[in-house]
Amino acid sequence: MNTVVIGVIGADVHAVGNKIIDYVLSENGFNVVNIGVLSSQEDFINAAIETDAKAILVSSLYGHGEMDCRYFKEKCVEAGLDHVKLYVGGNIVVGKQDFTEVEKRFKDMGFDRVYAPGQKIEDALKDLRHDLMVQ
Amino acid sequence: MNPYLLVDFGSTYTKLTCVDLENEYIIGTAKAPTTVETDVLDGYDKAFKYLISDHPEIKHISGISACSSAAGGLKMAAIGLVEELTVEAAKRACLGAGAIVTKVYSHHMTNKEAQELKDADIDIVLLAGGTNGGNKECILHNARKIKQFGIRVPVIVAGNKDAYDEIEEQFQESNIEYYFVNNVMPQLKKLDVSEAKHAIRKIFIDKIIEAKGIKKAEERIGEIIMPTPEAVLLAAELLSKGYEDEAGYGELIVIDIGGATTDVHTIGEGFPKRTEVILKGLEEPFAKRTVEGDLGMRYSANALLSLVSDYEFKRYFEEDDTCNHNIEKSLNRRSSHVDFIPKTKDEEEFDKAIAKICCDVSMSRHVGHVEVVHTPLGDMYYQTGKDLTGIQYVIGTGGVLINNKEAKKILKQVNKKSNKALELRPTNPSILIDKSYIMSAMGLLSQKYPKVALKLLKQYLM
Repeated sequence: MNTVVIGVIGADVHAVGNKIIDYVLSENGFNVVNIGVLSSQEDFINAAIETDAKAILVSSLYGHGEMDCRYFKEKCVEAGLDHVKLYVGGNIVVGKQDFTEVEKRFKDMGFDRVYAPGQKIEDALKDLRHDLMVQ
Repeated sequence: MNPYLLVDFGSTYTKLTCVDLENEYIIGTAKAPTTVETDVLDGYDKAFKYLISDHPEIKHISGISACSSAAGGLKMAAIGLVEELTVEAAKRACLGAGAIVTKVYSHHMTNKEAQELKDADIDIVLLAGGTNGGNKECILHNARKIKQFGIRVPVIVAGNKDAYDEIEEQFQESNIEYYFVNNVMPQLKKLDVSEAKHAIRKIFIDKIIEAKGIKKAEERIGEIIMPTPEAVLLAAELLSKGYEDEAGYGELIVIDIGGATTDVHTIGEGFPKRTEVILKGLEEPFAKRTVEGDLGMRYSANALLSLVSDYEFKRYFEEDDTCNHNIEKSLNRRSSHVDFIPKTKDEEEFDKAIAKICCDVSMSRHVGHVEVVHTPLGDMYYQTGKDLTGIQYVIGTGGVLINNKEAKKILKQVNKKSNKALELRPTNPSILIDKSYIMSAMGLLSQKYPKVALKLLKQYLM
């Protein structure tokens, strides 16, 4: 079974979306390791190492996602997790910004997939299956 | 009268405690130097002779149980993957089983580390790494290194179970003695150390005490059932929880300041007491033990020199202390003469200061900490470790405390708060001293007669 690490990054305590992601991915055959809210980059990385995760899904809803996600990819590479897919979604920047711009910024930071506010978890599920080559 | 004998083969003394099971009191205690080098029974016999001459009313002994920490106790190496996760889980399993963890390795072991492990003076290796279904490549690598370097001590495998078949294939063709038990961290941040602890105890009984010459004593005195520190932890757990209709004392701490190490045991959940505090890090065991190898009265006295500066050291002397202590010289003297007994007032005062440091620093390391995080939603607090602010009782044991008139003053260090506001130390606990040195004996007794052991603990700790 494919393992994915999910959690809410930084000083963010929004737990509802996190529970929905956990539920949907578990129901669809993923082994979900949920590290919960208030998680640091190191928490995600340590969890991914121990559980041999194939993807890390980062949630952020309080608008400071950009700051919290800075150098995440670099740290993954340092920890030998360069093969691990990195997703981010939620309300990841301050204010209303053009999403194409935001997506580009996060992709430049090393994220494989970036989701706009209000985007459905089913979309991420489809991408995950595609990226990890699972049915 | 129904006398039952409890024996502790300590590293320096063999201690006997004789209990009357019928009338529920301690008949007497005796001790003699441990004789591991010759025949361990010599020391035991000597102690027994003292006991009988002091208490001629003992006519026959109905049963004997023994524990041991002789020849330096049980020394282990813990191997895991990530420091904060499986390495920490492996360390906790070892400590909970009464071992001292002298070597710790994380991630992929190098040849140098594997050689170091082989050369190290240890009794058992605990090999962990990966959650079940998680990373198995690392534990396989480390198993291969263990095989390649021909580790001579028993290896307990307690990591990702998916790797067990392959590890078995590796070990089968070698001379390595290995045991498979449940993963110490089957799921992320979930601990399951009971099987690993059980395996450690079993190897300790079957192999290690045999190597130290204590096993042959079994024929005469009955079974040796556990390492001494584990017996202390069991006594603390019994006293905390109670037994049947006999209520316990609730959450408590036991501090054992010894010659080489300071052991701290806590019994309690230690969950956050306020709603704005969020628990972080690894799950804490209900009965937790930590061992500080650099905090001790004699063997490790020298280590204090690198731990606290002269200036800090002086703060542990009594305010009215007028002696002019030479800190370095006094510490050196104690570590080179481990049987040193203070005779003058100065020497006593100095020992008291060392004991205070051991108590203060070991508490700092054992208790949980909070950290303030400023968030857009207001200040939040992260708690790592146990919140011990509400602890009711602190029990002191170990030579320096038992023989010190001011033991309670030393133990007051547990709630010393100066510039340590973020440590979750006990706020105002009642302090009890194990005057008759019965903690380990009662842990042993609790295996067969828990009710009597509990009653005696309540009666003799004061």
